Amino acid sequence: MHSQDQQLIFEMSQPGRIGYSLPELDVPETDLSELLPDEYIRKEEPELPEVSELDIMRHYTALSKRNHGVDSGFYPLGSCTMKYNPKMNENVARFNGFAHIHPLQDESTVQGAMELMYDLQQHLIEITGMDEVTLQPAAGAHGEWTGLMMIRAFHEANGDNNRVKVIVPDSAHGTNPASATVAGFETVTVKSNESGLVDLEDLRRVVGEDTAALMLTNPNTLGLFEENILEMAEIVHNAGGKLYYDGANLNAVLSKARPGDMGFDVVHLNLHKTFTGPHGGGGPGSGPVGVKSDLIPYLPKPIVAKRDGEFVFDYDRPQSIGRVKPFYGNFGINVRAYTYIRTMGPDGLKAVTEYAVLNANYMMRRLSEFYDLPFDRHCKHEFVLSGKRQKKLGVRTLDIAKRLLDFGYHPPTIYFPLNVEECIMIEPTETESKETLDDFIDAMIQIAKEAEENPEVVQEAPHTTVVSRLDETLAARKPVLRYQKI
Amino acid sequence: MKHRYLPLTEQDKKSMLSTIGISSVDELFNDIPEKVRFKGEYNIKSAKPETALMKELALMAGKNADLKMNISFLGAGVYDHYMPVIVDHVISRSEFYTAYTPYQPEISQGELQAIFEFQTMICELTGMDVANSSMYDGGTALAEAAMLSAGQTKRKKVLISSAVHPESRDVVKSYAKGQYIEVIEIPQKDGVTNLDALKELMNDEIAAVIVQYPNFFGRMEPMKELEEVIHSHKSMFVVSSNPLSLGVLTPPGKFGADIVVGDAQPFGIPAAFGGPHCGYFAVTSKLMRKVPGRLVGQTVDEEGRRGFVLTLQAREQHIRRDKATSNICSNQALNALAASVAMTAIGKKGVREMALANIQKAHYAKKVFKENGFELVFEGPSFNEFVVKLSKPVKEVNQNLIKKGIIGGYDLGRDYQELEQHMLVAVTELRTKEEIDTFVNELGDYHA
Repeated sequence: MHSQDQQLIFEMSQPGRIGYSLPELDVPETDLSELLPDEYIRKEEPELPEVSELDIMRHYTALSKRNHGVDSGFYPLGSCTMKYNPKMNENVARFNGFAHIHPLQDESTVQGAMELMYDLQQHLIEITGMDEVTLQPAAGAHGEWTGLMMIRAFHEANGDNNRVKVIVPDSAHGTNPASATVAGFETVTVKSNESGLVDLEDLRRVVGEDTAALMLTNPNTLGLFEENILEMAEIVHNAGGKLYYDGANLNAVLSKARPGDMGFDVVHLNLHKTFTGPHGGGGPGSGPVGVKSDLIPYLPKPIVAKRDGEFVFDYDRPQSIGRVKPFYGNFGINVRAYTYIRTMGPDGLKAVTEYAVLNANYMMRRLSEFYDLPFDRHCKHEFVLSGKRQKKLGVRTLDIAKRLLDFGYHPPTIYFPLNVEECIMIEPTETESKETLDDFIDAMIQIAKEAEENPEVVQEAPHTTVVSRLDETLAARKPVLRYQKI
Repeated sequence: MKHRYLPLTEQDKKSMLSTIGISSVDELFNDIPEKVRFKGEYNIKSAKPETALMKELALMAGKNADLKMNISFLGAGVYDHYMPVIVDHVISRSEFYTAYTPYQPEISQGELQAIFEFQTMICELTGMDVANSSMYDGGTALAEAAMLSAGQTKRKKVLISSAVHPESRDVVKSYAKGQYIEVIEIPQKDGVTNLDALKELMNDEIAAVIVQYPNFFGRMEPMKELEEVIHSHKSMFVVSSNPLSLGVLTPPGKFGADIVVGDAQPFGIPAAFGGPHCGYFAVTSKLMRKVPGRLVGQTVDEEGRRGFVLTLQAREQHIRRDKATSNICSNQALNALAASVAMTAIGKKGVREMALANIQKAHYAKKVFKENGFELVFEGPSFNEFVVKLSKPVKEVNQNLIKKGIIGGYDLGRDYQELEQHMLVAVTELRTKEEIDTFVNELGDYHA
């Protein structure tokens, strides 16, 4: 162990120490050998830690100090919508009547929870312009796969068994082609044009009788609105395909344009992005899916319905693609999203998008003097810069990202989308103040100057973090994926 | 618009618009074609101030019968267990819950190390070599195990025991359809997987055999015999396990399982109406590079200090894109953290004590049921669940029980025609002798 290593909880362990308080065993005890055949009785104890409650709190507090969250500082991670996570949401999600209810209780005993789910569905229907919503998918990628399975079921029900291809733009989120593959489709890529938008000619070339769907993010991952969306919808629909909306960037268009009005047939939302479910260090998320009426029969079951003033789970859905998750989705995250929507209301949600887009454009304009701007037009909630200019000086986008760590920022998304060289993708969100944006811009300007005058300081960054750059090659070549007592 | 989450002032707006070189925010939306532009505001409920909304939502929550104010004997995959108070304090640290995926390891060492510790604890409990950073839940983890098996063996049929959780079976079937995998159910006999039926169904086209241990009825599966049959056909032995039970039960790894999955909900994760929970996914070292989702690995920095990174990403969807065998992108990091804290607090001694208490209390409950004239079906060694035959429909019984503040067990008739009027009863370490006696007493009239 290096003297500066952070201890693992296992290294703190001392036999005889405990951190728990279990209820008393108040029933007569029976010898275990009478209850379980010997082959089922564990012989070696699992090496879980033996620590006191204070040990645990100190350990995890130490770990938390080695972690950066939105509450720690600015987090302009493009495509991830790292906005403020309201504290009220956390309190509401912890109400006993939400946190401590069992999914298999009799419906009559969980009417409040079902009411919340139903009302959230209604709100999401209005927000997306779709006809029905399921809350079952657990995350964005899960929603994508759910939506694609419904599209597959739709085509199959029409005897359209040759629709095996899903079209995705070259700027698409990596999950899009992966979800298509897992849903049994082949993926076809459609090119972007020089303006960063889907090339309509190329789209016309790739659609056909084998097209199941086009998956699209709008605004796209470059932060640009696909202005030709209606033409695209027409091209895909005329070919008999469906239009799928990846809701990762919905924060850009709340109250400005609804997927349902743009011609989309299926939508997934990332409630942990637009609707403030905390990202949790990588999850849990929630990925509801909305559909137009012709796809309603294929929604996963059950869905919450209202009958004679009572909320019920509707399982009687013979054409459903089935269940995509045990129970009803990530209810706890849905509670947070619902609380947020009710906190903001219609005028609040409109302001969310306006400020998110204003913040992004302001940053883009100020930074375009110092970094290459590949697409010079108004962006939506995020924008991409290229580190080409700095690359010529020997400073890579990765170095710029690492240098930002020294200023206390989480860097933007880098090297994505793939169609921009040395890409830096910035999404400020609406919850950041102008002062925060200005400070970050100053840091970016300073780094651009350092790249010219003193590139080593950028190339060798970070200088202030608890560890320096880590050997990822070693990690992959000699995987150590668990602690083992030496 | 003034709002506590929106900091831009009128002055800010003016100065920002001038930097951009436009006169109104609307101009930023001119690229949205007129025809699709949404005019006005959403027709949704208007905003509510903090206190009023808290009250409204508290009343809504109050309409639900919760596990804290009632006595629950409901399990079937989600359990009311001891939740160390410290868990919520740790996961409420916003450095954890407001962070995203640890893409920048230098400022994510806390999360990465916590996940590394989680992976270690799951390996310890399951007896497997490698565990990932978590999955959505036990059901989808099982589906991913079926897909991994099909990919690994290049076979397109999967057998699943009907003593696996019905909702998990449904999820496996939904996923299988996507991958053109055929799923065949193995019938149960006396509450465990029917070995003879399995032997008949078994052949060299079977990618995997999936069982649950302890199974949906709380019973022990014939693990040794299953392993022999399954591996004699070079199929994968996939086991879904309640990780708490492994505090006292022989881990599936010892029985030769290739993939072990399940849900860590029993460790510090609230029922939350079914989610979010925390799937886990563990494999033998042979399958290390095939594991779906994220893995955290140990390495060193430039000064030789220990550090952690996301690793073996070549497996991940964002590189493989259209060659993906899984599309899972996130994990359930915060819930994996909760489970880690709970496993840490409960610890090496506590996990055995807690698992044993489940067995002892469930055994006591079985005894009291029998003494009171109830018929137990599928009797035999079990963990914390068992099946009681009643004289009335379970739904009706439960609607009466709730009036006494008791949340009754699961209605098996929902999934098994032959088990109408059969209740799956869960007794965890939290149920007291008195509560068990009361429960049996309240069921007094319903014995079949």
